[in-house]
Amino acid sequence: MKRRAVRAATAVAVVSVVAAGCSLSDGDGGTQQTPTVTLVTHDSFLAPQEVLDAFQKQSGIKISVLKQGDAGSLTNKLVLTKANPVGDVAYGVDSTFASRALKEGVFEPYTSPEADRGPQRYAVDPEHRLSAVDVGDVCVNVDANYFATKGILAPASYDDLADPKYKDLLVAEDPATASPGLAFLLGTIAKYGEAGWKDYWTKLKANGLKVVSGWEEAYTEEFSGSSGKGPRPIVVSYASSPAAEVGDDGKPRTKALLDTCYRQVEYAGVLAGGKQTESARKVVDFLLSQQFQATVAANMYVYPARQGVDLPAGWAQVAPLPQKPEALTADQVQAGREKWIGEWRTLVQ
Amino acid sequence: MAHARAVVTPPRTARGFGLALLGLAPIGFLVVFFAWPVLAIVGRGFAEGGLDVVLGDARTWQLAGFTVASAAASTVVAVVAGLPVAFLLARVKLPGVGLARTLVLVPFVLPTVVVGLAFRALWPDGGVLPIVLANAFFNVAVVARTVAGLWARLDSRTTDAARALGASPWRAFRSVTLPALAPAIASAAAVVFLFCATSFGVVLILGGARYRTLETEIYLRTVDLLDLSGAAALSLIQFAAVVAALVLGGLARRRKEGARTGAGGARRPRGGEWWSVGAAGVVLAMLLTPILALLAESVSTEDGWSLEGYRALSGTGEKGALQVSGWDAAVNSLKVAIDATLLAMVVGVLASVVLVALRRSPARTARGLGETMDAVLMLPLGVSAVTVGFGYLVTLDALPGDLRTSPYLVPLAQALVITPLIVRMVLPVLRSVDVRLRQAASTLGASPLRVWREIDLPLALRPLVAAAGFGFVVALGEFGATSFLARPTAPTLPVAIASLMGRPGELNNQMAYAACALLMLVTVLAVAVIERLGRGRVGEF
Repeated sequence: MKRRAVRAATAVAVVSVVAAGCSLSDGDGGTQQTPTVTLVTHDSFLAPQEVLDAFQKQSGIKISVLKQGDAGSLTNKLVLTKANPVGDVAYGVDSTFASRALKEGVFEPYTSPEADRGPQRYAVDPEHRLSAVDVGDVCVNVDANYFATKGILAPASYDDLADPKYKDLLVAEDPATASPGLAFLLGTIAKYGEAGWKDYWTKLKANGLKVVSGWEEAYTEEFSGSSGKGPRPIVVSYASSPAAEVGDDGKPRTKALLDTCYRQVEYAGVLAGGKQTESARKVVDFLLSQQFQATVAANMYVYPARQGVDLPAGWAQVAPLPQKPEALTADQVQAGREKWIGEWRTLVQ
Repeated sequence: MAHARAVVTPPRTARGFGLALLGLAPIGFLVVFFAWPVLAIVGRGFAEGGLDVVLGDARTWQLAGFTVASAAASTVVAVVAGLPVAFLLARVKLPGVGLARTLVLVPFVLPTVVVGLAFRALWPDGGVLPIVLANAFFNVAVVARTVAGLWARLDSRTTDAARALGASPWRAFRSVTLPALAPAIASAAAVVFLFCATSFGVVLILGGARYRTLETEIYLRTVDLLDLSGAAALSLIQFAAVVAALVLGGLARRRKEGARTGAGGARRPRGGEWWSVGAAGVVLAMLLTPILALLAESVSTEDGWSLEGYRALSGTGEKGALQVSGWDAAVNSLKVAIDATLLAMVVGVLASVVLVALRRSPARTARGLGETMDAVLMLPLGVSAVTVGFGYLVTLDALPGDLRTSPYLVPLAQALVITPLIVRMVLPVLRSVDVRLRQAASTLGASPLRVWREIDLPLALRPLVAAAGFGFVVALGEFGATSFLARPTAPTLPVAIASLMGRPGELNNQMAYAACALLMLVTVLAVAVIERLGRGRVGEF
């Protein structure tokens, strides 16, 4: 009786292990000959396979991509796992979170030979633990058709958004739950200063501002310019968004207001405590190289940090890089972020 | 029944030993992939201190109050809407019932972001009502399928007797059927409550910046702020609420589960039963409304109707956000969901067998142990996915093979979510197997295993298959753990949909909805296959 029970239990256990393994045929599939470097990045990462393959051919390094949420989520996961990192290189920590990553010692120093072709402009750290890969500016976007049909001039500045002429037209994201929302808030703080931003937001609120929690709701549901369904013709989005909204007639449906932008720089760096420092450095070089930089605009809707990289056809007219963006230093953001979000919540909600 | 217990039983030690072995598998799984990671991450929060600040803040308790109240409201809506559907699935023989069985599961796989947006279209300002309704929308299937599993096997003669004695149909339902269904209803309600209390995407999208719950706040503090002590304090409250819900559910289930089962079976509805069928029809129509809206969304553009989104899916999406084609993502989804379901079935069925045995044990301690294990098995449903996910990050590297970022973790994490559901669906059925049948078999010399094979399994096979189908669907739609772990070269459909949704451009938006349609199609086909597998042996339909 007893033996039988034991046997049965063993049989069940064996069967279950075999069954659970049966369709898991695709593990990493990496052969031991090619060193595989794990690139930890954000959810928006996208690179053409042929470019990754070309890098592998030329360097002998296979890149395995591991997505870890948005920039904030990625940074915090890197901080949590710094003693035993989940990868070798990280790309996607942005200027909003760079200070936290540096303070926690997530990255190790590495000056890439490619960095003096433009990325240095955005350096945040004398030791070069982070190298700038791209710039993704957050700007207010407007539905061009709406204003053309109404015969009103579209707004152009932060001040315009608080003008009663544009009452009930603006939708923005919650800075606590969406990164463009936070960038827009930081832009207003950079513009009006610690003393003036609350007044500005009080005016925005009085002018019928609508706040939603995520970019998807703001852009695809509330905004009238993209899929054309929403009621509001002014939205907080990105400088590059209009590039995705060119109709079949070649005309852009939307426009970014270049005087309402906040600059967010995304960085890459070698993770401290990774096991393949040499290969990891080569991957950072690759992210800053002409080949990879030429893909970032079309695939991730951001602007290359490297100079002399052409934007896709039409971007120059439709979605140029903002020339006078607002910006705060990584340290200012680190010091004020949570206090500002808390104050914003009290003020706007 | 006490006097019947004196029949021949095998020596207790041997039985106990076998049970302990069986029980170790599910317990071990839970400890490694749930308890340890959660305790580790909450422990870090404790170490940072400052919990008292959060616990002493009035806003924290407002959050907790809103979480519990809105989840309770959603649960009530889901139960009220789910019961007529359960009746339809269990008792009614009409063309289209089979289709309804499958369709009712579709909401479960839809990504919350898509459903959230669909409900926003109806309630542009969000608010409490759409939150409650959207959470109920997801969970009607839990009630319908769990209750139908037991209802299909209720002996209809008791109801007939009540009717013969002059009870109205409503009265017969209230005083005969409903009490017999109570264990399944309580089970389902507990599960739904946990799902709603930990619902994330829906609250975020429909709550806007105004309505927040413990779950959204835990997410925010963990993921964005890395405020582990604040998150730990909120997790404690969430945990307390979950345990309270489980205890209540357990008390409701504790009634005698002596529902007579046997000659159930479906037939054409008669007289007043058509009202129930009508109500079920209304519920199904309401469930279909957002689904049809999604389908419409996938073919409509600025410039009229177009199948552009579907065409883009079959490729890797020239301008899209996918690294693989939509079909590849569908195949991936199926693979991962199959693995997760197999794993969860093994763990869940073992756990159920042990729970039933403990429950039937004469020893009070064993019964107490059973109650505790029952509640513990449910906990993964009531703890924030982000807590578990971050817990994995800080613990699993201690295991050989560093599972933290392994693709194998996806089915494991999904199995964690499905196992409690399977237990809830299998347990009432196993418990309702007539003890006397089993005793007769034992008396005739059958070993416990043989009793299980000859008596329990044939009686429970259909519900087992139904539970597997349900678990499979939940795995297909799972997003939290999967998005955290899936590789971009091997996304599941929900992960692909999320990345499409997060990009500007009409085509991406259309592709996202086309991918939703594909996900629904895959779900319906997979469920149809599973249901087909479950027939034949116990052919009633």
